[in-house]
Amino acid sequence: MSLQEPPSQEVNFIGLSRNDYKGGASTLCKGCGHDSISSRIITVAYDLSINPKRVIKLSGIGCSSKSPAYFLGQSHGINGLHGRMPSMATGAILANHNLVAVGVSGDGDTASIGMGQFKHMVRRNTPMVYIIENNGVYGLTKGQFSATADEGQELKHAGRNELPPLDVCLEALVMDCGFVARSFAGDPRQVETLLKAAFSHRGTAVIDIISPCVTFNDHEESTKSYSYGKAHEDVVTDVSFVPAREELTVNYNEGEVADVEMFDGSVLRLHKLDSKYDPRDKFAALKVLEEAHLKQEFITGLIYINEDRPTVSELSNLSETPLSMMKEEQVRPSREALAKLMAEF
Amino acid sequence: MSAVLEKRDDSLRTKVGVNNFSIIAATVNGSGSQTANAVITRALFKMGIPTSGKNLFPSNISGLPTWYIIRLSSEGFIARRETSEILVAMNRATAADDIAKVPAGGMVIYPTEWKITETRSDVTYYSLPVLQLAKSSGLTAKLLTYAANMVYVGALAELLGIEFAEIENALLHHFNGKRKPVDSNMAVVTAAAEYVRANIVKNDSFRVERMNMTQDMIQIDGNTASALGAIFGGVTFVAWYPITPSTSLVEELTHYAKALRMEPETKKATFAVVQAEDEIAAIGMLVGAGWAGARALTATSGPGIALMTEYAGYAYFTDIPLVVWDVTRMGPSTGMPTRVSQGDILTVYYLGHGDTRHIILLPANMEECFEFGWKSFDLAERLQTPVFVLSDLDLGMNTWMSQQFQYPDKPMDRGKVLTAEQLNELKTFNRYDDSADKDGVGPRTLPGTDSPYAAYFTRGSGHNSKAVYTEKPDEWEENLRRLARKHEFARTIVPSPVIDSVDGAEVGIIAYGSTDAAIAEARYRLNAIGLKTSYARLKALPVTQEALDFMRAYKRLYVVESNFDGQMAKVLMTEAPDCASRIVSISKCDGWSLSSEWIAASILEKEQQ
Repeated sequence: MSLQEPPSQEVNFIGLSRNDYKGGASTLCKGCGHDSISSRIITVAYDLSINPKRVIKLSGIGCSSKSPAYFLGQSHGINGLHGRMPSMATGAILANHNLVAVGVSGDGDTASIGMGQFKHMVRRNTPMVYIIENNGVYGLTKGQFSATADEGQELKHAGRNELPPLDVCLEALVMDCGFVARSFAGDPRQVETLLKAAFSHRGTAVIDIISPCVTFNDHEESTKSYSYGKAHEDVVTDVSFVPAREELTVNYNEGEVADVEMFDGSVLRLHKLDSKYDPRDKFAALKVLEEAHLKQEFITGLIYINEDRPTVSELSNLSETPLSMMKEEQVRPSREALAKLMAEF
Repeated sequence: MSAVLEKRDDSLRTKVGVNNFSIIAATVNGSGSQTANAVITRALFKMGIPTSGKNLFPSNISGLPTWYIIRLSSEGFIARRETSEILVAMNRATAADDIAKVPAGGMVIYPTEWKITETRSDVTYYSLPVLQLAKSSGLTAKLLTYAANMVYVGALAELLGIEFAEIENALLHHFNGKRKPVDSNMAVVTAAAEYVRANIVKNDSFRVERMNMTQDMIQIDGNTASALGAIFGGVTFVAWYPITPSTSLVEELTHYAKALRMEPETKKATFAVVQAEDEIAAIGMLVGAGWAGARALTATSGPGIALMTEYAGYAYFTDIPLVVWDVTRMGPSTGMPTRVSQGDILTVYYLGHGDTRHIILLPANMEECFEFGWKSFDLAERLQTPVFVLSDLDLGMNTWMSQQFQYPDKPMDRGKVLTAEQLNELKTFNRYDDSADKDGVGPRTLPGTDSPYAAYFTRGSGHNSKAVYTEKPDEWEENLRRLARKHEFARTIVPSPVIDSVDGAEVGIIAYGSTDAAIAEARYRLNAIGLKTSYARLKALPVTQEALDFMRAYKRLYVVESNFDGQMAKVLMTEAPDCASRIVSISKCDGWSLSSEWIAASILEKEQQ
C-alpha cells in the first residue's frame, strides 16, 4: 500500500503521464528484443516517477545504441562512438552529478571494442544504469558473431563460432561492480524489477539482457533466441523492489527473505535465499556465473548486489553545485589571487 | 646552411661577452642535475640578467645523457644558440664529444677524478675534485651524486661572479623554503667556491654582473603557465592520460586548483580531474562533460592526438565545446619523445573523418600560454567546438622569463545556452539553427534544463537543424554549410597575428609558437647586415584577415617552423592560394628548437639564391 496515491490514474507522482516518457518511433526490426527493453525503460521511469528532464540517455554504436531515441523523449540523448559511451557518461555525470544516466549498449559495443571502457567505468563506479542488449550477433553489419556468442553457434554467413563467449556479467563482477544482473527481453516482469533496482543503485548497475535479434540470430540452434530463452531461462534469484516512498508491509518468516537497502532509500527484497544463493556474496556470485559459463547455462536474475563502494562522483569531493552550473565567481579566482601567484615565480 | 653560416659567422652570431654567453651542463639523467641547473638559471635571472634554460633529456629515468643549456643574453634574447661557450662536463660517456663541441675560447669544467688529458689548447680547462667536495654536504653516500651537481654550481658562481646570496635564494625557492636541504646544498656550493679560490687561477674572460633587465618579470615553464590560465579560465573538468611533454600541465593544474578552486566554506572542489585509461577515454569524457555544460580540458601530445581523432571529429560535427592542449613533440611512438617538434599542425587542423577544420591557438610565450589557457574556453563555448591549443615541448617544459600574467580582460563567454525560462517563452528549440546570427552556431541546452522544450538528441552525422535524424542530402549539406559558416565566423574572432611591418622590407617572415624568440633574434641580426624583414606571428588557425593581408603585401614569404615538411606553409598555401607561389618553407626537424643563427642563415641563403 502506498503512503500517498498518485493524483489520478493517468499520471505518476510528479504529475507526468506515460506519454511523457515515450520517445520516437523505433526503426528496429519488428519483434526486436531491444524495443521490448525500451518499453520496459518507459514503464519503469514512469512508475518510479523519475523526472525525464534530469535523465541523460547515452549509447555507443549498433542497433542497441539506436534505441535511446525510442524512449524518454524529454531527456537529453547522446549517441557517441562505438564502445566509447562509458567515457562520455563519466564526463557528463561528473559535469552534473544531479543527472540520472541510462546507457544502452550492445554485445558488440561492450564486449569487443568497448571492453576497456566498460571495465574502467565499472572500476570508477560511474553512477549509471548500464544496459547491454545482448544478442550474440552484429546486426547493423549484418550477421557477424559477437564476443558473447556461445561456443559452437552457427550463423548463416559467419559459419561456426569456435571461441568461448565473453561473459559481461563476470567481467563486471571481477572489476567489483556493485550491481550485476542478467535478464531476458522475453521476461518483461523481471526486466522491470531489475531496472527499478538498478535506478536505485549507488554506482554502476550492469544489466545484461539477452535480447534476441529476430533477423540474424533467432533461429532454432541459437542460444540467444526467444525460444531458447523461454525454454532454458533459469532464474537464480527472486527479488522484489519496494520504492522508497512505499511501506514494507508483508511479513516473512525469519530466513526466508533479506532486505537490501538501496542508496536512494528503496528496498530490494531477496526471496528464497536458502534454495538458491545469496547475491550479497561475491564469491558465490562468481561461482554461479562461472558454472553457468562452463555449462553454457542461461541464468537470470540479480547476481550480485553491494551498495558500499563509493562512486567516482563521491570520490571527486565535488561541490554541491554541479560543475556545469558554476557561475564565473565560483570558478575564476580573483585578481588578488593572480597577483599573489605572480610573486611566487 | 652551414656554408652560409660560416661565411656570415660574425654577423649572424651572438657577440660573446659579459652576461652574453651560454653554459651547457652535460650530465647523466637521474643524477639530480635539475636542481643545480634550476638554481643557476634562477640566480642569474634574479641578478637581472635575461636568462633561459633548456633541458635536452632522454625518455628514460636513469643513466642516459642529458644536457641543460643556460643562455644569458644582455641583449634580451632567450632562444637556443648553436654553441655554448662553457661546458660543465659531468658525464664521462659523452665527455669527448662534449669537449669537441666547445668553441675556441671556451671553457671546460670537469671532475679531477676522470684524469683526462687536456688535449685542446684553444679552451680553458678547470678540474674539480667533485666527489671530495660533494662530501662536504654531509649527505649519505646514496645522495652524494645529487650533491655532486652542486659542486659545479659553486665553481661557476666563483668563476663567473654569480652572487652567492642569489644562489641561496634560488635554493630556498627550489626547496619551498625548507632550510635543511638548502643548507646541505649550500655547504657544497661554498666548499666548491672555496676550492676554486684556493686552487684555480682564472684564465678566461667569462663573467656575469648584475643588471636590471628582469625587474618585475617571472620565470616559469609553459605547462605551468597554461595550467594557471585554465584555472583562471574556469576549467571545471579535466580528463587526461599521462604523456610527455604534456604531463606536467595537468599535474600543475591539479596542484594549483587544489589551492585556488576549493569552496572556502565547504572545502569542496569546483573542478574534477580524472586520469583516464587512455586518450580515447580522456576525450570521450570531455565530450560528455562539454555536452553537459562543463569547461572541459585535456592535455596530450601527438600519439594522444592520434587516438583522439574520432571523438575530435565527432565533437566538431555535434558542436560540443572542449579544449585540447597538444604539447607537441617528435613523433611517432618512442625514440625521441622528449625532443621538440611542431609536427602536428596538419593532423590537428583537419583531425577527424569527414570535412573537419578545427580552431587552433598557437601560443608563443608564457603570457600567451596563460592567456590561451582561459581564452580557449571562451572560444570553445562561443563557437561550440573543440579548440586545440598547440604548445610544444620547448615552451611547455623549458624555463622561460616572462612579463607577469594579465588577469582576463573580459568576463567568461558561455556562448549560446538557452535557459528553461527562455525555452518556456520561446516554446521551441532548434539546436543547429543559426538563422538568428548566421554565425554557424545554433543555441544549445544543457542536460538537466527543466523545460519540456530542452531535450534534443545528439548524433554524429545525419541531423538536421532541429537535431532530428535525417539522411536527406539537402539537410545534411545545409549542416555542412553551417559548419563552414562557423569556420568563417571563427576567422573573425580568433586572436589576430602579431604583425611587425617594417618600411622598405620586401621579405615577410611568418611563424608561430615557440620559434618566436629565435625569429626575433634572427631578424635583429639580419637587419644588422642590411636585410629588412617584416614579421607576422600567427596566433591561430583559421588565419584572420590581417594574416591574409600580410601575405599579400610581400614579395617573398618565409614560413619558418620546426617540422620537416613545412606544414604551416602548406596550410597557408591552401588558405591563400594566390600567395602560394611566394611562400617559401624554412623548416627543420632535428629534435632541437630552432636557433636564431640557423633561421637567419637559412633566410639569407634563400635571399642570395
